[in-house]
Amino acid sequence: MSSIGTGYDLSASTFSPDGRVFQVEYAMKAVENSSTAIGIRCKDGVVFGVEKLILSKLYEQGSNKRIFNIDRHVGMAVAGLLADARSLSEVSREEASNFRSNYGHDIPLKHLADRVAMYVHAYTLYSAVRPFGCSFILGSYDEDDGPQLYMVDPSGISYMKEMTCRELVKEVAKIIYIVHDEVKDKAFELELSWVGEVTKGRHELVPKDIKEEAEKYAKESLEEEDDSDEDNM
Amino acid sequence: MSFPASVSTLNNYNDLYPDWTQREVSTGTTIMAVEFDGGVVMGADSRTTTGAYIANRVTDKLTPIHERIFCCRSGSAADTQAIADAVTYQLGFHSIELDEAPLVQTAASLFRDMCYRYREELMAGIIVAGWDPRRGGQVYTVPVGGMMTRQPVSVGGSGSSYIYGYVDSNYRPAMSKEECLKFTAEALTLAMERDGSSGGVVRLAVISEQGVERQVILGNQLPKFSTV
Repeated sequence: MSSIGTGYDLSASTFSPDGRVFQVEYAMKAVENSSTAIGIRCKDGVVFGVEKLILSKLYEQGSNKRIFNIDRHVGMAVAGLLADARSLSEVSREEASNFRSNYGHDIPLKHLADRVAMYVHAYTLYSAVRPFGCSFILGSYDEDDGPQLYMVDPSGISYMKEMTCRELVKEVAKIIYIVHDEVKDKAFELELSWVGEVTKGRHELVPKDIKEEAEKYAKESLEEEDDSDEDNM
Repeated sequence: MSFPASVSTLNNYNDLYPDWTQREVSTGTTIMAVEFDGGVVMGADSRTTTGAYIANRVTDKLTPIHERIFCCRSGSAADTQAIADAVTYQLGFHSIELDEAPLVQTAASLFRDMCYRYREELMAGIIVAGWDPRRGGQVYTVPVGGMMTRQPVSVGGSGSSYIYGYVDSNYRPAMSKEECLKFTAEALTLAMERDGSSGGVVRLAVISEQGVERQVILGNQLPKFSTV
């Protein structure tokens, strides 16, 4: 599906004759080529899972985090260029902090998603800068609004997307393991976080013991699937 | 609440010029707000003074900030009107951005930020009260200096000193709307009788999920007490 936008793709301030901004589309490619990030909403919380590819044996476990805390109650999982994502996480943190400082309460997730999306969109308007090469998923949980999930992509759109959180953690781990392509990429580390009733509305990394239980479940289900494939033969 | 910062004691041209030409306009005042389950009752007197002259004897000190959030103003009339206008603008903008009704706590925070930041220049004692869908009826007090705290019942203004005893002994938690109205009207009446800077009529407002109901109790309809 790659089309060459000869001449019209040199800057974000140029439209192509068929009404596309190629620079923004190329930015979305950066996201497509990155490893998977998932956010799932369940009835009492949100769980994030990220497949972190290990590019070198020298990397310490737990480094190069791709899940960020934006405020006590908001988490962000990213896909795409990690440096761009880190800068956006700082922007989101400032927005959330300024809101609290001006209005005296937690920023509602929809408002935060809108504000960050506006910021991302601003970088798609000028030739002097390039669009952000990352998409991210924002999630939060509070007693009044319940669990919420929003996604923002390089063009600056934000859009909104049933099990309990504890069960869901295992399923997210399973999805990441299934999605991981053994042939293309070698080793990976699973990063898991959650926010929900189980954490009293605070976004946190999933505790080590629960994470290990989830990974064990994920690996076991993969093996079962392999077995069932052989039976079908 | 009726000691403006700009009084000059050096030029006492009492015989040449009346007192009120040299005094700032002050909402002398007694104001009050009470929480009940489902909303709040707010009350105020109606006297604005410039020195000893009553500039307005039918003042409305219960000012709308948003559909279901009001404030009671005491202190300098100009200062409190200016602050209320600024907060009304900010809260309206915030509510449109969020696309939902603003929290009473947000309104109170905005008042507090302004009253604290400009505390040296301002003389304003404000009670913010209202109803929002998340936390129901709430009363927040922002006295002179810019502190902000939530209280189930709050009194303010120069007349409030005379009714602390009455309020402390007669307030009970979980009063009904009618009991709160009676409690507020009686407290304000007692304060108005004793404080020279408070008087006129009693203005009351009830804010709840259904909206705002306002009433006025005229001088001759005020509750009667034996000693006053």
